[in-house]
Amino acid sequence: MIDEKLVQLITEEVLRQLEERNFDREKRQVLGESALKDPLDPDSLARMKKRTTARIGVGKCGPRLNTQTLLKLRADHASARDSVFADVDQKVLDRMGLFTVVTDAGDKNTYLTRPDLGRHLNDEAVQVLKTKCVMDPDVQIYVSDGLSSAAVEANVERILPILIEGCKGLGLKVGTPFFMKFGRVAAQDQVAEITGAKITCVLIGERPGLATAESMSAYIVYNGYVGIPEAKRTVVSNIHKDGLTAVEAGAYIVEMFQLMLDQKASGVDLVK
Amino acid sequence: MRLDTTILGKSYSFRSVKDVLAKANEEKSGDILAGVAATSDMERIAAKEVLSNLLVRDLRENPVVPYEEDEVTRMNQDSLDMDVYNNIKNWTIAELREYILGYDSTEADIRRLGRGLTAEAVSAVTKLMTNLDLIYGANKVRVEATCNTTIGKRGTMATRLQPNHSTDNVEGITASLFEGLSYGNGDALLGVNPVNDTSASLGEVLRRLDEIKRTFEIPTQICVLGHITTQIEAVKNGAPCDMIFQSIAGSEKGNRAFGFSKDTVEEAVLVMREKGTAKGPDRMYFETGQGSELSSDAHFGADQVTMEARCYAFAREFHPFMVNTVVGFIGPEYLYDSKQVIRAGLEDHFMGKLSGIPMGCDCCYTNHMMADQNDIDNLAFLLGGAGINYIIGVPTSDDIMLNYQTTAYHDIQAIREIQGLHPIREFELWCEKMGIMENGRLTKRAGDATLFTTLRR
Repeated sequence: MIDEKLVQLITEEVLRQLEERNFDREKRQVLGESALKDPLDPDSLARMKKRTTARIGVGKCGPRLNTQTLLKLRADHASARDSVFADVDQKVLDRMGLFTVVTDAGDKNTYLTRPDLGRHLNDEAVQVLKTKCVMDPDVQIYVSDGLSSAAVEANVERILPILIEGCKGLGLKVGTPFFMKFGRVAAQDQVAEITGAKITCVLIGERPGLATAESMSAYIVYNGYVGIPEAKRTVVSNIHKDGLTAVEAGAYIVEMFQLMLDQKASGVDLVK
Repeated sequence: MRLDTTILGKSYSFRSVKDVLAKANEEKSGDILAGVAATSDMERIAAKEVLSNLLVRDLRENPVVPYEEDEVTRMNQDSLDMDVYNNIKNWTIAELREYILGYDSTEADIRRLGRGLTAEAVSAVTKLMTNLDLIYGANKVRVEATCNTTIGKRGTMATRLQPNHSTDNVEGITASLFEGLSYGNGDALLGVNPVNDTSASLGEVLRRLDEIKRTFEIPTQICVLGHITTQIEAVKNGAPCDMIFQSIAGSEKGNRAFGFSKDTVEEAVLVMREKGTAKGPDRMYFETGQGSELSSDAHFGADQVTMEARCYAFAREFHPFMVNTVVGFIGPEYLYDSKQVIRAGLEDHFMGKLSGIPMGCDCCYTNHMMADQNDIDNLAFLLGGAGINYIIGVPTSDDIMLNYQTTAYHDIQAIREIQGLHPIREFELWCEKMGIMENGRLTKRAGDATLFTTLRR
């Protein structure tokens, strides 16, 4: 059976991606690497550059990098750092109707240096979840900043509706989505215990690389509990517009949900 | 053995040698995370004072992981040069520091000294050194090793060329490799970190590296850094390979978390002797990094500098050609900022040298720590001054597979020129033959990867 709302969501999303790709192409030309002048074999260099995203054929001044190459690197690093250190825009969370709970990490520096605190919610936060969330859902989905707020801002409005509609299309009971600030992946185990969800799925910002600061991962666990082995998690990573797109990832994750419910398993125990 | 002290009218006492070692460490976020760090600057200095008066024998008799429980401790204790040890066992750690830095000790003296020190003693003296002490002390000593060529000769500074690719595409790897060679990188190693850890995939990349090495007659080494067991399988299946690699930890438990033990490395050494493509005798490559033991809960309550020193004690038993700390890779929960990373890089290099292993450094950082390329410039330059064997080279500093930044192809030559250093001799001659280098500098043609594609046709 085809869910009309889901089809509409996916169509809108694909159109938006096409538009953005055109825009990106123009935008990227502002800060490009400088090209090597007078290579012995320009065609061969062009072929080599197609085979890798590594920054090759960039030339030099003395032994050092040319200015454009250097500035492009600095810009990509700045973008990566900004996405680690900035908070997720409240407007995005408001548009998605997500309320916020904060882990014990409490601030960004503590979050970065104390992974143990980013895995834990205090009694107050637990109470908030108990009050606001639907209990015992088949699937509990929530969003967390992790190491990239840019990843949340770039992806959440696209992927979350697709996941929720996809679950509903399967006739599953979907939990109340929310946002967890300063969250590490394993915080999902406590969420699983609190909500009694069969499946818990966190959409979390990945540690940004220079290629993109917008990459998100979904970590999914069946029957999670605090202390569950890491190998029991199923991971779908590299979700961003130049990697696995929100549409592709959404469809794949919903498929995973169904597999997990059928097999009552996740991670290494799941037979794909 | 005295474990307490009074400084400026305030008394401090410590529970054990392990506690003194941990609290004497320069501040590291990983020691704080482990709950073993000093709680104030004064407590840190008090621990250093206590440590300075401990004897070499106190450190030997109090390994941070018990002998009965751990093969790394056993290897370290059992292989100690007892003649050397007996001569120095009653020295204080303060005396040890002053001996290393003093004008009376020669390079040969310090190399010999290292054979009588356990990892805990190496770590202890490191904690009493300033950054300049670590550079000065390390610079007195060179550790050479020979695979196809010889690394570590005074006056040389080499690079591992690291042409990684996000899907192991051999043409993509080749493109980055040619680019790196054209900048005079790769005298230590042409070494790829693979995405696919299967024997077939490692074999495919190794065959390409071997083909390039032979086609252009490059005097260097090749390696694909999969898991040690996968590499053994690849070599047994006939893949050309000069060195087998493994990431190591400072405890048996840590090594088991990496999926191997001493026996696995012994097997690798044997397989390489029989089926490896290198002249040898040194055919192993290890990577380390402060904090990895804590990340697998295999640190036994010890600080990360001491656990790192134990990696070198383990490594030296297998006569590696190269060992490097991947110093800024692990993240801010272990090394918070550039100050901690630079300190750790200098400590690791010094400890490696004192332990008698041929030491390099992956001077690197991730995007979630408080460091940037300027800091890595600093560390690489300082290590050049400390007489390091090699650093890493990747296109423009951006590693597209490991998603971190390290030193660029464009860095090594600048350091060499300023500090009067050269590539490994045979490799420099090769660069000159290829028209990449001339009079210790890069030529106008250097930096053109198509130099190799035109010749390959």
